[in-house]
Amino acid sequence: MFGYYLDLALRSFKRHRVLTALMVLALGLGIGASITTLTVLKLLSGDPLPQKSARLFAPEIDPLPAASTTQAKKLFERWGNLMTYTDAMNLLHAHKAERQAVMALASGKVTTDTPGQHPFFSDGVVTTSDFFAMFGADFQYGSGWTAQDDENRTHVAVIAGFLNDKLFGGTNSIGKMLRIGDHDYRIIGVLKPWAPQPRFYSVNLGGRGYGNGDALFLPLQAAIADGVNTQTVNCFDADVDINHLETAPCVWVSTWVELANASDANAYKTFLSNYVAQQISLGRLHHPEVALPNLMGFLAQQRVVPDDARMQTNLAFGFLLICVVNTVGLLLAKCLRRSREIGVRRALGATRGAIFTQFMVESGMVGIAGGVLGLIFAELGLWAIRHQPAEYAGLAHLDISMFMATFVIALIASLIAGLLPAWRACLVAPAPQLKSV
Amino acid sequence: MDIQPILTALRKHKIPAALIVLEIALACAVLCNAVFMINQRIGEIRLPNAIDESGLSIIDVQGIDPKTASGDLQRDLAALRELPGVTAAAALNMMPLGNNSWNSNVATSPDGIMAKDSPNVAEYMFTQGGPEALGMRLLQGRFFNDDEYADSKLGDSYLPSTHVVIVTKSLAERLWPEQSALGKQIWVGKKNIYNVVGIVADVLRPDNNGGGIAHFHWSMFFPISPALAIQEFVVRSAPGDRARIVRDGAQKLEALSPSVVVEGHTFSEIRDKYFANTRSMVGMLVLVCVVMLAVTAFGIVGLTSFWVGQRRRQIGIRRAVGATRAHIMQYFQTENFLLSSAGVAVGMILAFGINLYLMQHYQTTRLPWYYLPVSAIALWVLGQLAVLGPALRAANVPPVVATRDG
Repeated sequence: MFGYYLDLALRSFKRHRVLTALMVLALGLGIGASITTLTVLKLLSGDPLPQKSARLFAPEIDPLPAASTTQAKKLFERWGNLMTYTDAMNLLHAHKAERQAVMALASGKVTTDTPGQHPFFSDGVVTTSDFFAMFGADFQYGSGWTAQDDENRTHVAVIAGFLNDKLFGGTNSIGKMLRIGDHDYRIIGVLKPWAPQPRFYSVNLGGRGYGNGDALFLPLQAAIADGVNTQTVNCFDADVDINHLETAPCVWVSTWVELANASDANAYKTFLSNYVAQQISLGRLHHPEVALPNLMGFLAQQRVVPDDARMQTNLAFGFLLICVVNTVGLLLAKCLRRSREIGVRRALGATRGAIFTQFMVESGMVGIAGGVLGLIFAELGLWAIRHQPAEYAGLAHLDISMFMATFVIALIASLIAGLLPAWRACLVAPAPQLKSV
Repeated sequence: MDIQPILTALRKHKIPAALIVLEIALACAVLCNAVFMINQRIGEIRLPNAIDESGLSIIDVQGIDPKTASGDLQRDLAALRELPGVTAAAALNMMPLGNNSWNSNVATSPDGIMAKDSPNVAEYMFTQGGPEALGMRLLQGRFFNDDEYADSKLGDSYLPSTHVVIVTKSLAERLWPEQSALGKQIWVGKKNIYNVVGIVADVLRPDNNGGGIAHFHWSMFFPISPALAIQEFVVRSAPGDRARIVRDGAQKLEALSPSVVVEGHTFSEIRDKYFANTRSMVGMLVLVCVVMLAVTAFGIVGLTSFWVGQRRRQIGIRRAVGATRAHIMQYFQTENFLLSSAGVAVGMILAFGINLYLMQHYQTTRLPWYYLPVSAIALWVLGQLAVLGPALRAANVPPVVATRDG
């Protein structure tokens, strides 16, 4: 029976070429727009570290002076886990989490001995020893530094694979010296390709969110001793000495901790509250609110997905809705025009169910054709997105799940569109139609 | 035109009529909000910026040796001024729409800083010749004098040691509404007090710092003597000379100190980069609007054609009993007008609802009322254009059809 319905549908398409083409085109456009924006939204709201994200947490505290009237919630939305150096170091040294790291971003001027090679700036992270193990950054050569290196301000460096390729042609560069700014650092580790998308740890530190990741990783305390300039410094008092950021009333480092499960997270939050309470009693802090979102919660809090991307998706689905309404209208017009054919089929013994099925099959075929066209439009749309200036643009590709989603959305849209016309069609009474023949 | 027969006929086709109304309503709602978003973004791109945008080039120097910075910067500046075609040059800490931004909360009294609404203001600092190099427009008061540049050092808190400041008109109006700002004092923190000596036409900040369009002109300017961190050079020339000046200037500075990293851009490039995402969003919105209107128009064409086909017989009868072609045309045009009007009425309510939703979830303001009648007119026109073809075909139905069967 299904084959017969397909045959009938094809015949009907042939008879109403323009109408069918219009329906498929409208549906294709709506689906193309929806899939394009959904792909971008999925890319932007993706999990940067699927293996570890549930275990990573961002401790947030309010460092503002007593006179401040800013709500802690608003402050956390703006600053996230940014902290003063003092608070970050206190949390680091408390060792209350399985792993903890403090970090800031700073671009470093790399000078090489290679003749003719001009100095260049590379994106860098100044951080503490747990960074690599906590964020799942694996080593191609060597390893990271130790907590002892942090305290000793040892001048050692970990570099990304792509910087190693650029500087040393991809060979094992462990032990080589690298001039960063005005100081020499000994390379002790080379990372395998590692670039979480988005680069979650940089969103509130002033770095790029997407792209090929950072190139240089230096011990935080050694870099401070060398007078590093970090990307972002937010001071809550204008009378500060920026040259001694360690003691300044400014937030400029962020802290991340790794906790095994929810009960550990609860315990850590209690510790964080107690820490703040203790600092309040010492007169250093003044506001008791704390927060401890996990990685995905942190990304939502920091509104990492741009409003424009979500707005575009809403708009595309609004457009798809218009296309579906449009298809309902055209399908209805087509099926009402065929009242006589339906009457004949009904008179010859087709049940209402059979008529209904026949028209749903026809809508489904419009849907599949619309899906194929939508796929072409989506590929075109994504091609256009890849040529946009946004930093995530290059990553916009259709994957298997979105490929499947295209046809699912197309079928659902067309079947919904087909319901009303099919229902109208199966209500057609055979007698009056036959009389007028 | 009597609309009674049209309404009677529509009552027989409730579902197709409802579909057209729904489609027009959705299109109207989306159109209102999309056009509003487009206009908001174009408004942002077109914000006035009272500097000589078309004559500016920026050369940015990174990696200067801190020990010799002050002397190096003066030497670099002199070298840039010698380039043929350069009419003025100065060093400054940041550029409007640039990727570097210094901001402070300011107040008009020592205790005002902690107030929740103390405005966050961009702090520009430039060396001697800054106003001329940027092409700033003085509205009241004066620019800085030579002593003020020479005496102003960059302090440990990255604030200048001077006691003078120039503010933009928008900032002056924000801080001292309805008063003259000249001679008033600005507090940055409790110890840093600056006297307003001049008011300039609005200059954009490096970015709006999360404050939206309303805060984009809150800028203040300080004199400063050459120092590390004041390491962007702005160079003014004729527009046609900029590409050459950027190239030659960067080469010259790199030759002077091989250890620094120099990057040069024309201001147009900086502007394009800043607004690139905004412009692509505008492009996408325009595209969706156009395609959506086309789909809606084709939907109307499809459904009306179907109606015309169904009513050939009735049209023939009307023609046979004396209706002219114009009557038949008018019939379909009026019918479409009625459907569009119903659609637009529903659409306006929907548009308002969507706007409320967007205001809750995104940084959007209230939809100004005049968007509603404007999109209503757009959809009426669209409906009339879409119905023209089928209506013409209806008008061409010959009266003889009435005598035929079926």
